[in-house]
Amino acid sequence: MAKTYDEINERIRRGEVVVVTAEQMVDVVDELGASGAAEKVDVVTTGTFGPMCSSGAFLNFGHSTPRIKVSKAWLNEVPAYAGLAAVDLYIGAAEVAEGDPLNRTHPGSFNYGGGHVIEDLVAGRDVRLRARAYGTDCYPRRELDTWLNIEDLNEAFMCNPRNAYQNYNVAVNTSADRDIYTYMGVVKRDLGSANYCSAGQLSPLLNDPHYRTIGVGTPVFIGGARGRVFWQGTQHDPTTPRNERGVPTGGGGTLATVGDLKQMDPRFVVGVSMLGYGVSLALGIGTAIPILDEEMAAFTGVSDADIVAPIVDYSRDYGHNEGEPLGHVSYVELKRGQVRIEGKAVPTASLSSYVRAREIAETLKSWVEAGEFLLNEPVQALPSAEESEGFRMLNYRPAAPEGDE
Amino acid sequence: MAESRVVLHFPKHLLDQPVTSTTVERFNLHFNILRADITQDQEGLMVLGLVGEPENIEGAIEFMREQGVRVQPLEQDVVRDDDRCTHCGACVVVCPTDALAMDPDSRQVSFDADKCVACGICVPVCPPRAMSIHF
Repeated sequence: MAKTYDEINERIRRGEVVVVTAEQMVDVVDELGASGAAEKVDVVTTGTFGPMCSSGAFLNFGHSTPRIKVSKAWLNEVPAYAGLAAVDLYIGAAEVAEGDPLNRTHPGSFNYGGGHVIEDLVAGRDVRLRARAYGTDCYPRRELDTWLNIEDLNEAFMCNPRNAYQNYNVAVNTSADRDIYTYMGVVKRDLGSANYCSAGQLSPLLNDPHYRTIGVGTPVFIGGARGRVFWQGTQHDPTTPRNERGVPTGGGGTLATVGDLKQMDPRFVVGVSMLGYGVSLALGIGTAIPILDEEMAAFTGVSDADIVAPIVDYSRDYGHNEGEPLGHVSYVELKRGQVRIEGKAVPTASLSSYVRAREIAETLKSWVEAGEFLLNEPVQALPSAEESEGFRMLNYRPAAPEGDE
Repeated sequence: MAESRVVLHFPKHLLDQPVTSTTVERFNLHFNILRADITQDQEGLMVLGLVGEPENIEGAIEFMREQGVRVQPLEQDVVRDDDRCTHCGACVVVCPTDALAMDPDSRQVSFDADKCVACGICVPVCPPRAMSIHF
């Protein structure tokens, strides 16, 4: 028995909607089968919370007297992009504070960056803006040094080129004598740890593997606020190999998202420092998936046992684009705390918070139940495997003689 | 037998005195040095696991205090900011004593201060920087 978006929204408005989280849906489908689950459940909520480097925010801080057309800007000493109109800035999550010693003493600690600026803004803390300009007839001012508070900004919205990777690598380190410091955390030598970063069965795109209901215009939970998917994310690759359930066995799809920073909650917008790597933003994203029919019930019934991730050696293969994955492991195994790789028991470390992912799915569930979160059909589908040319590596055409770069 | 982990601060004038060995000998204790440093203000810092009869450990702590050593339990020094911790689990593989561990069911990272040896490895590894050491 198929349902339409309108019918589901009508049930949401009347307070009759049946919502479960993607974690709970595993048991519902187990018990009732996909067809029974589709009859019972109207909406399945998802959630994920982890470092998402391709995040950032546009800020418009209003005009000063005299006016300035900012050409260089720093927020708490973190460079912001000012190549926009006079008082528009973009602060990227992975930008490191100026003057940071970086990796000069390895591993660098990267204490503060764009992700922290965004968290400070969301938490209502003042942020210092320092700006320079070359001066024009219409924008005579050349310098600015002022405190900003999110309350005073005209607009502050997060606009993220890539969030919510459908699936992700498990990072390991096969070097004999060297721990490595990566965006996947500290990966210990000699297969000493297996670091993963996905909410697995709770993650948005793993519950809609072919992007049937998640597309351009889909409403999302983003950092505690209501936002939207505005495009496929960068590196969206629907051509990734899939298992018999259609679930990608590697990266797969991604989402570009937008949401009002002023409505966000610092609990779901957390600046993070990755030892020896850099700064980032741990962000919470969630979706509410309409159970239109049996197929969507089956998709959202996916469990950690059905999802596998590739084990990639980050000591050499990842950085140099060499080799093949050392194998695949399921999220059941990863979450058990220990996996077997090349005959060795390897402890696992997660970079993604499952408890917070759960909290996001539960929050979205309460929003839908309260009639505060309505669903809509995507206004444009994300590229499918058939339409996509897949992920391209750089077509490297040296612009300077080799060795002169 | 009991084990008690303590942080000892030795003032400058005690740095060349055999306070620790005198103490363990007098109170019939075993000990495990978890960490030893001279700090920038020339104070001696030692994290010590004392093993022995509970009343002897108490006596030893009292004795060291009388000698001028500042003594405090280790668990007061390594702190997790529970508002900051997101329970991601990045720390669990670097913790050498399993003081930080992921519960496979609740998916919460627990911090057992009794197992902590104050090595400090977790402090810079924690992405949201929830761990801190205050000696």
